[in-house]
Amino acid sequence: MNAFGNLLQTQWDWRAAGNFMFGGCGGALVFMAALMFFPWRDGIPLLTIGLPALALVGLGLLLVWLEIGRPWRFLHVFLHPQTSWMTREASVAVLLFPATLAAFVLATPALFVAAALLGLVFLYCQGRILRASKGIPAWREPAVVPLIIVTGLAEGAALLLVLLIFWPASLSWTLTPLLSILAVLLALRLVAWRHYLRQLAANQAPPAALKILQGIDGVQVVLGNALPLLLLVTALAVPALRDPLALLAAVLATAAGWALKFVLIARAAKVQGYALGKLQRGRPAIKPPVRREKDRFVFSRD
Amino acid sequence: MTRYVMVADLNRCVGCQTCTAACKHTNATPPGVQWRKVLDVEWGEYPDVQRLFMPVGCQHCADPPCMHVCPSTATGQREDGIVTIDYDLCIGCSYCTVACPYQARYKVDRPEFAYGDEPTETEAKRFDPRTIGVAQKCTFCSDRVDAGLEQGLKPGVDPEATPGCVNSCIADALSFGDIEDENSNVSELLAENTWFQMHAELGTEPGFYYLWDKEPPATQGDMHNADD
Repeated sequence: MNAFGNLLQTQWDWRAAGNFMFGGCGGALVFMAALMFFPWRDGIPLLTIGLPALALVGLGLLLVWLEIGRPWRFLHVFLHPQTSWMTREASVAVLLFPATLAAFVLATPALFVAAALLGLVFLYCQGRILRASKGIPAWREPAVVPLIIVTGLAEGAALLLVLLIFWPASLSWTLTPLLSILAVLLALRLVAWRHYLRQLAANQAPPAALKILQGIDGVQVVLGNALPLLLLVTALAVPALRDPLALLAAVLATAAGWALKFVLIARAAKVQGYALGKLQRGRPAIKPPVRREKDRFVFSRD
Repeated sequence: MTRYVMVADLNRCVGCQTCTAACKHTNATPPGVQWRKVLDVEWGEYPDVQRLFMPVGCQHCADPPCMHVCPSTATGQREDGIVTIDYDLCIGCSYCTVACPYQARYKVDRPEFAYGDEPTETEAKRFDPRTIGVAQKCTFCSDRVDAGLEQGLKPGVDPEATPGCVNSCIADALSFGDIEDENSNVSELLAENTWFQMHAELGTEPGFYYLWDKEPPATQGDMHNADD
């Protein structure tokens, strides 16, 4: 696609990026905790895992709230579930808090399943929020959805690893399988990242956006995925060094995920720009406006 | 049915920015906000350089991504296709701004005027505090369209029912009308000329047509807006 005037969007800054960094990580942490502690015989500690996860989601939402122009109208965010992924993300977040608290306190399998699914759906909504942003080629690329999901899951697994190393409680038996899962997620993230870059280039994203994203490729691959992967494999092979190596790997994996999202939202978000189109002749085939009648719950403006 | 669209004849536009000034005067938009602006586009290399002027703004798409992403339902669409913003519902999240492929939306967080803290007479009359902290964009002068229709006037034909930018154009490059009326001014212009829609490949079905008689350059990589 040919276009000119691909300036950086300035409406979503570090605060919006913070929602994707912290909120996505928090939602994934809920999911990963529920996954790792299945079948939840001993429950999951609320204080050391549940609350940090919800705090991250809350921090992300707080940052978004600080960015919106009319913060005291925040309840309006729930008015358009028919098509808006932002409404869906907010709605899932509202359910995620009580579901997670209830699951961790009551230790009921059904609640753990609900909390885990909500955490995962929250992450998925974040990917779809970007995908629906047609004005930003680097966001609307379909490959951004698996990238956001697998990055979030890797961050969630990494953070869970950190929490378990510092507060092992009676749950340290999950550490070894968690190391393996994080290693798999890092490998998947590497694949998703490279696939995203290839798709972006193939779909003629703004060169400036591509340059910025390709500029962090080396750091992402080496420090964000390959090195942590190597550390995790070593930690599995050398039990005496397990905790320090796993901790370093987890920190690197989380930092790389957050850095990727920050760059994607606040640095590489070049707008679509303007372009001349393909010439046509004759009266155009007219597509009627979609209008609002498609929406079932609509506010009258008359 | 009715669908209002705008036609910009790039073969006629001289880049005088009168439409931009008329829009700012009509809608009293703050500094830095241009609901209607004209790009000064250059491409090629000396001595083979080409230039055109391209009016841009909200394209009032038939399938507007801004409306779909809006979490508050503030962005809507009228029966006649004009894309609207309900300033009382908008939360100013700017999701619509990043969803718009035409860079047509703005948000200002505090009152700003052309000459310092005090508004000019026009700005004082037209200042709407509801626009602070929310999304704003070209309305196709829907208030003028509606007022004209109430008087039995025809938008695009009668100036009192026609957007300010169209009325002001010194080169007759901008036209406004109902594309679903086969005999309207805009339908006739499109039937008789070659035209394009910007970013048609995105499926937004923009309600802004450009009359142009040259194929676009093979690569537009060296095209740029001289004002950037």
